[in-house]
Amino acid sequence: DPTSLYSVKGIVILDQDGNRIIAKYFDKDAFGTVKEQKAFEKNLFSKTGRNSTSEIVLLDGVTCLYRSSVDLHFYVLGSSRENELILEALLNCLYDSISTVLRKNVEKKTLIDAMDTAMLIIDEICDEGIILETDSTAVVQRCNLKGDDISFSDQTFSQVGQTFIGAAKEQFKWSLLK
Amino acid sequence: VNSTMDSSSEMKREKKDEESGGNPYAKLDVTSVLQECRAFNETPVNARKCCIILTKLFHLVQQGDSIGRTEATAAFFGVTKLWQSKDATLRRLVYLAVKVLSTISDDVIIVTSSLTKDMTGKEDAYRAPAIRALCLITDAAMLQTIERYMKQAIVDRNSAVSSAALVSSIHLMRKAGEVVRRWANEVQEAASADGHMVQFHALALLYQIRSNDRLAVNKLVLKFAKGGMRSPFALCYLIRIAKQLIEEDDQADSSLFQFIDSCLRHKSEMVVYEAASAIVSLPNTSPSELAPAISVLQLFCSSPKPSLRFAAVRTLNKVSVKHPQAVTSCNVDLEKLITDANRSIATLAITTLLKTGAESSVERLMKQISSFVSEISDEFKIVVVEAIRALIARYPRKHTVMLPFLANMLRNDGGFEYKREIVDTLIAIVEENPDARLAGLAQLCEFIEDCEHSALATKVLHLLGREAPKTANPHAYIRFVYNRVILETTQVRAAAVSALAKIGAQCPQLRPSIEGLLTNCLLDSEDEVRDRATFYLSVLDMSPSIVNSLVLDTLQSAPAALEKAAAEYVENGEAHTNKFDLKSVPVCAAPAAKKAKTMLAEEAPSAKEKKSAAGATAAAAERLSLIEGLTNGLGPLFKSSPPIPLTDTVNEYTVHCTKHVFASHVILEFECKNTLNDQLLVNVNVQLEDLEGEWNASRQRPISRLPYNEPASIFVLLPFPESGSVQGVLAATLNFKVKDVDPSTGEPESDDTYDDSYVLEELEISVSDSVQPLAKASFGPAWNALEEGDTVEETFALASVNSIHEAIKKVAALLGLAPCERSDIVPEGKSRHVVMMSGVFRGGYEVLAKANVAIDPSDNSIGLNLMIRSSESTVAEILASAIV
Repeated sequence: DPTSLYSVKGIVILDQDGNRIIAKYFDKDAFGTVKEQKAFEKNLFSKTGRNSTSEIVLLDGVTCLYRSSVDLHFYVLGSSRENELILEALLNCLYDSISTVLRKNVEKKTLIDAMDTAMLIIDEICDEGIILETDSTAVVQRCNLKGDDISFSDQTFSQVGQTFIGAAKEQFKWSLLK
Repeated sequence: VNSTMDSSSEMKREKKDEESGGNPYAKLDVTSVLQECRAFNETPVNARKCCIILTKLFHLVQQGDSIGRTEATAAFFGVTKLWQSKDATLRRLVYLAVKVLSTISDDVIIVTSSLTKDMTGKEDAYRAPAIRALCLITDAAMLQTIERYMKQAIVDRNSAVSSAALVSSIHLMRKAGEVVRRWANEVQEAASADGHMVQFHALALLYQIRSNDRLAVNKLVLKFAKGGMRSPFALCYLIRIAKQLIEEDDQADSSLFQFIDSCLRHKSEMVVYEAASAIVSLPNTSPSELAPAISVLQLFCSSPKPSLRFAAVRTLNKVSVKHPQAVTSCNVDLEKLITDANRSIATLAITTLLKTGAESSVERLMKQISSFVSEISDEFKIVVVEAIRALIARYPRKHTVMLPFLANMLRNDGGFEYKREIVDTLIAIVEENPDARLAGLAQLCEFIEDCEHSALATKVLHLLGREAPKTANPHAYIRFVYNRVILETTQVRAAAVSALAKIGAQCPQLRPSIEGLLTNCLLDSEDEVRDRATFYLSVLDMSPSIVNSLVLDTLQSAPAALEKAAAEYVENGEAHTNKFDLKSVPVCAAPAAKKAKTMLAEEAPSAKEKKSAAGATAAAAERLSLIEGLTNGLGPLFKSSPPIPLTDTVNEYTVHCTKHVFASHVILEFECKNTLNDQLLVNVNVQLEDLEGEWNASRQRPISRLPYNEPASIFVLLPFPESGSVQGVLAATLNFKVKDVDPSTGEPESDDTYDDSYVLEELEISVSDSVQPLAKASFGPAWNALEEGDTVEETFALASVNSIHEAIKKVAALLGLAPCERSDIVPEGKSRHVVMMSGVFRGGYEVLAKANVAIDPSDNSIGLNLMIRSSESTVAEILASAIV
């Protein structure tokens, strides 16, 4: 159905070895099982992991837009009927929102530290396969990330300060997440 | 003490992290995370800690780790405790948790009131996500209680809230469409809101609400087309609706097209591209309408943005089939893209050029391809080979250029898939183009002399068995085939033996020498090879009909059906007094042409498409047998037709009829759907009337209740008339009683009913319903084998067709036969053509037909001479009667 709103099949972030950092799939027909998802990711990474100059590929009937930064690869998977530029707008929004939150240090370590925020961002740009928002300023604002809790790593610093006074065990937990 | 223990376990964890590439989320353990979830119950809530635990939980679900229902429910109850925290991030994660856990936990509806409170509360940041979580867990009945709040949210000034309500409503259309429809006024108001996404979501929902009402949709598009839509997303969607309206109705308002055309001048590339791709895919566009769209795409071909180049070249590739002339103007730009760094773009450009290239430019293009073919991956090479295959189909005369090119590719390095694609292409050339047969076979013979893939060697040997006898000098190929018997693996040797036998069966003059070679094979080291040789040696001297059915023909039964029938035969002791009847096994319909799935394939074939015709019949048989007493004594199902609509799709009631044909009965399945939400239909039956009085229903199974939007089927059993007729036209009327019901609940308003009826379109039972198309691998010998029987021969003048190709398609459809040996391909410019067709008639009778179609150049009238042979002469007569 060309007028279907459900045009996003998935949003995936992989690391430099093609391992999953985040993978959210919306199309349960094409990517019903984790096995299918992983197989697709493997194939996708083999086509796109090394070649960062091209930004779009059609794979198994899925239009894949991608963008990389340091050791991360961001993907938006969409229906091949969807306007490629709309999918690109979504990818840019994903990347820009995360980049804002990570203060332009878009790499695996910082992303893992801000994993909860990253999940909220994805939830805020796409709802069950329908594009919800493509303006990264609005997305960041809606995730209610102002001031101190702009990112996980910042939180970590304040926590570390607290743990100095408080229990030593907390410190280990936060150092784990740095 | 506590802290030391904790730190040691943390150290262990850290060690584990290093193994998983520094990602602590990569190797989470379900049990320990679920244990950590207990922290949700602590007071006061440690927000940071809970955020991490929730994130871990989401990761587990994402990784597909199975969490038991009890554990998930326990975790969910813990999550409900987190509402007391005022931490904003945690609250946002809680909404996400409700959504994530909603499918794996019980009792999620207990958070309804908390979510309702948040959705109507003061905190803007909570309202939007609360609406989305609430709508996900709600059902139609509960939705009514929050209806008032939803209406308010849709028109809320905060665009996040409005979008959340609109998108949730789009999801809800599927489970509670009736409730959502009542919000049309609010949605309409939201469509003129400021927010870009709000406009888009409101427009989409408005369309979904009205999509059953064409006039309303038309009005909607025209209204917004005039202005007021600033959001590029909304405009793209509007273009899509407008395009759909034009596609559905060629009398559509011309201002719809003008609107799409005007979008070509929009400032957003997204909208411009959407408009251009809509225009080029519309049917019946004139060259002047097409030109501006094509020039926009042409411009995009040189954009610095890869996504835009990709979009443009992919659209041009799609159009190139329908409008090759229009795309030719972009050839210069496309040629520049051949060297694009993005290989997807490069490959699309090449294939587009191959599709649009003029016959004269073929040589140049091939030269260009050979300059880079060695540098690209196998996957892209396959795409190129596919394009070459399409090119050969268009310009058969160019085989002199292509064959050496393909042979060269075959000799170079490459994987199995790639080689197979080339071999398939060469085989297609040999089969489709008689002029290229000799050259093609020569290339393939050379290939199997040194071929590392046995699957490809057997494929070529199989082809040699079929095609070599058609050449002037079949004995030239025997050496190539026999060399395989000496040098190859078992699989290939066995295939070579079969190929020898096939050549022997069709060329009597070569039979003695072939029998000599087969005798040599009796000493082979492998059973399979010896058995085949022994079998063929004893069969080759028998009568032509036996040779034909045992050597040249392949098994026609559907393998799954054959297995089932054989198992039933073995189990059923009484049946052993009779011989196993192969004719009672449903035949397998002609395999659908292989749909190539490449990385550039459009949409991956859906599960539905994957099923073959035979699979569909088997599925229908399975379904019918489940209905008690319906198919008793009818024997196996022979064939099921696709569903035929007997009403317009927009009518109050829609009916589709499927004809299930058995040996001497037809079961008509009328699938009925009631699209009126204020009616319940009771005792729905079909009245059939045959004007000739030949067809009479013997039994009928009506639908007792037909509620709104729940399709059900009526079954009517029709015996084939005693006169032996297999055709008929039946007038059909749907009769039923109507009960008025409350649209929101579906409950009847009273016990009153009234009779009503509804006239359906006429239902036609045709000859082709009794015939299963089944292509023969070797038509000639099969035709000769039926020589003893009568040949029914008739001549017709075809008035309603304009070309030979059309005539052949029509005759095959009327007879229900499958064209053999690709004889349905008509070489360009020929004024006469013979097509060979075959199939199986109900009851397992083989039917063959030769249709000689000729066009009279003086007045373009088309004549048809039809010869039909069958093992049963009445069957041949019945088939001839299909053409009137």
